[in-house]
Amino acid sequence: MTFTIDYLALAPELVIVGTLLVVFTLDMVLTRPKKFWIATAAVAGTALAAIPLVILGVQGETRSMFDGSYVVDEFALVLKGLFIVAAYLVLLMSHHYIESERYYQGEYYFLLLASVLGSLVMASSRDLIILFIGLELTTAPLFLLTGWRKGDAKSNEASLKYFILGVLSTAILLYGMSFLYGLTGEITFSGLAEATAGRGDEPAMVMAILFVIVGFGFKIAAVPFHFWAPDTYEGAPTPITAYLSVNSKIAGFVALLLMLYIALPGVSEVWAPALWILAALSMTVGNLSALRQTNIVRLLAYSSVAQAGFMLVPFAAAAVVGADLEEAFAATVVYLAIYAVMNLGAFAVVIAGARKTRSGELSAWAGLAQVDSRLGVLVAVFFFSLAGIPPLAGWFAKFAMFRSVMIAGGTTTVVLAVIAAVNAVIALYYYAKVVKTVWVDDPTGEFVEDVEAAPAVSLRLALWVSLALTVAIGFFPALVTFVGDASRVIAVGG
Amino acid sequence: MIVSAGYYMALAAALFVIGALGMLLRRNVLVMFMCIELMLNAVNLTLISAGRALNDLNGQVAVFFILVVAAAEVVVGLAIIVAIFRRRSTASIDELSELRG
Repeated sequence: MTFTIDYLALAPELVIVGTLLVVFTLDMVLTRPKKFWIATAAVAGTALAAIPLVILGVQGETRSMFDGSYVVDEFALVLKGLFIVAAYLVLLMSHHYIESERYYQGEYYFLLLASVLGSLVMASSRDLIILFIGLELTTAPLFLLTGWRKGDAKSNEASLKYFILGVLSTAILLYGMSFLYGLTGEITFSGLAEATAGRGDEPAMVMAILFVIVGFGFKIAAVPFHFWAPDTYEGAPTPITAYLSVNSKIAGFVALLLMLYIALPGVSEVWAPALWILAALSMTVGNLSALRQTNIVRLLAYSSVAQAGFMLVPFAAAAVVGADLEEAFAATVVYLAIYAVMNLGAFAVVIAGARKTRSGELSAWAGLAQVDSRLGVLVAVFFFSLAGIPPLAGWFAKFAMFRSVMIAGGTTTVVLAVIAAVNAVIALYYYAKVVKTVWVDDPTGEFVEDVEAAPAVSLRLALWVSLALTVAIGFFPALVTFVGDASRVIAVGG
Repeated sequence: MIVSAGYYMALAAALFVIGALGMLLRRNVLVMFMCIELMLNAVNLTLISAGRALNDLNGQVAVFFILVVAAAEVVVGLAIIVAIFRRRSTASIDELSELRG
């Protein structure tokens, strides 16, 4: 047993830890007019954390620590990069939003960075304890951030609902994990993979795996465990909603995929049907509910439930027919990366638009393009990208998903592919409805037209970055295929 | 008399079910908190008795982590409840229904 610490491998996490300590200290020292330095420090620190990631990526070697419980391989690096880029965009969106509403700034950035730290830890975790710590560090600060607007009853309620269901899901997940440990005596993923192989017919094993899947089902907001998502998304401050629907959801996905792909591949006959049902239900229920929504944030909430269904498709399809999981794993990671970019863009547009409409109701958005055509173009780009229309990034995510399903082959997968295809069409309807409302419908009310309503510099930067990525990936999918290829280089640890 | 690990597991399972039922049936937020604690302690008991039966330390170490995280979560939860109490003095989850799922 060696317990040497590889500081370069831990550097991204250490930079984030340093940044959040700086943010915390600055908050106590600075007076109110100077509080903007806190946001600047947070943004700079997050950008700084990308530097060791690039160095590690260029070196390209797999580093393993603590008896293989903590592994920095290409898969972990790619996901950490994704988490940091997404966090960077969320910080840019938050800056003006938090400042103009006069909320506590220091604690906001502190908690947000703590959550980012959790997701970085999770991408490297290769045993149950670190996975659990990473998952909780990601979600616990978000309970507080959801309720950030303390004076607003909706925000209070959203955070309580998120808290109760978040903790409940943790308890269920942990109970499943404690059974896995009790049955095998292993906590590392590599040990679990050996010890569980071929034991899928034991009732206790089946129960343990189902508990784990239910626990993660809540975290990724898959139907039927999604009911907290729309309420929480609507009540939370909008930048936090963006963070919830991107970072926190991807973190949940990564944890689920790590468990299933590395720790439990030997018992795929148990979890494959469960995943198949989750995928089919999430797509269908998510999309059908989204059709009825009149509030744009709730619409995006149900859309992200449906997108979670699409993300589950490759894995569910490949596992049901017993095909090689590697292809499905790569397709899912590509989908996650593209989803992160376009969904953050959609939320940035919602924040920018809400400054003019002063409302999240879709009816208030009617005719927005007539007063601000640039914003109208952005709405069209991000919502059509979410629908999967070429040449915007979303098409390649859908393409990668369907391709991996076709490679898997088999009747059950074709059924799932048909369900996914039908849902892609339903989704187009409500995404297009938003674009139609903004471009074609006549304005129903007055728009706010003053300097205050113009998007702040940081928000504009977030919009530009996500716009550039969405369009570039759509034309040159090779930009993200490396994400999928890198995820093939995954070290099991141990 | 030697009490085997199976009895502890059964007790843990009973605690977990009581906690889960409490979460579903009770409407007072503070009671729901207690039910969550009950569920987490069921997990701890399972881990400890499994670790003891397997003669392995990992399970017992995991319990420390879960205890600490559970404590941190209670702090977060109580903070949220205080924020709600300031606006309206009720702890019933039914009264919180401005958002419809």
